[in-house]
Amino acid sequence: MNKKSEVRKAFKAALPHTIPIFAGFLFLGIAYGIYMKLAGFSAIYPILMSMTIFAGSMEFVAADLLLGAFNPVGAFVLTLMVNARHLFYGISMLDKYKDVGKKKWYLIFGMCDETFSINCTAQIPVGVDKGWFYFFVTLLNYLYWVLGASVGGIFGSFINIKIEGIDFIMTALIVVIFLEQCLKEKDHTSAVIGIGATILCRIIFGADNFIIPSMIMILGVLTLFRNQLQRRVEE
Amino acid sequence: MTITQQILTIAAVVLGTVVTRFLPFIIFPADKPRPKYVKFLGRVLPSAALGMLVVYCLKNVNVFAGTHGIPETLSILAVCILHFWKRSMFLSIAGGTGIYILLINFVF
Repeated sequence: MNKKSEVRKAFKAALPHTIPIFAGFLFLGIAYGIYMKLAGFSAIYPILMSMTIFAGSMEFVAADLLLGAFNPVGAFVLTLMVNARHLFYGISMLDKYKDVGKKKWYLIFGMCDETFSINCTAQIPVGVDKGWFYFFVTLLNYLYWVLGASVGGIFGSFINIKIEGIDFIMTALIVVIFLEQCLKEKDHTSAVIGIGATILCRIIFGADNFIIPSMIMILGVLTLFRNQLQRRVEE
Repeated sequence: MTITQQILTIAAVVLGTVVTRFLPFIIFPADKPRPKYVKFLGRVLPSAALGMLVVYCLKNVNVFAGTHGIPETLSILAVCILHFWKRSMFLSIAGGTGIYILLINFVF
């Protein structure tokens, strides 16, 4: 198979996986662009920030940072905390993103929640190059987000389509991906630990500060049951 | 803030995000053998991380006020039922989101 048809095949395989993200990111991206516009920023801000930061929730936070006092070190530390969950994604993808050539660096740069979820669980059809598949999922999701943010930033004042609740599409997507992951594996201990520890930490620490405690608790419990888990995973 | 300060602030956010995404790949390069513990995490973390992400999506739901999380619960139930019934990703997502939009606009 020549290179060109290999790439095209991977694109065709990746595209359907990203359609729900297309809808979700377009709406969320537009909402972000409008948010920036209302905060007094010209369209160039949401466009460049969506392209460079590419981490949805952090981009909203960054808008507030820009309106506050100048404190880049504080901004850096805050970002580490808000985005700490990416560390789990990275550890989960160490094997999958191996042997994909130079594309690897873009895959890591563009690994948002949604891209991680798809690339972590998707069953790549036989004969499709996995590196290119991962690449197109990452690239398409990236483009959807930048497109949404740009449209919102440029046309924000003219757009008046507001569908209350459309953002639930992201939750539905993650739930489906989670279900698929559970159907794929025989032992659900780790999934239950993930859900249980996070709910517990959400209750204890509140909606703004629960991710890092959740990660610590998940690591602790997984480590505690390492021997049993290892045996079950290997069966 | 001046333009330079704004650029530095955005750069700090970009750097922070990049660090969280790249760190595992830099600490554990592909061409070196990984500690057993990290290999173990690589196998069990995906499910836990996805579970965490599900809760993260729902972090602003308040069981004690507003709509008490009822629209979210019903819609996720719908997603699960649709998914176990047809196992079509698109149908489950579209159906669940449709029900959620109907619920919060017309019922709650």
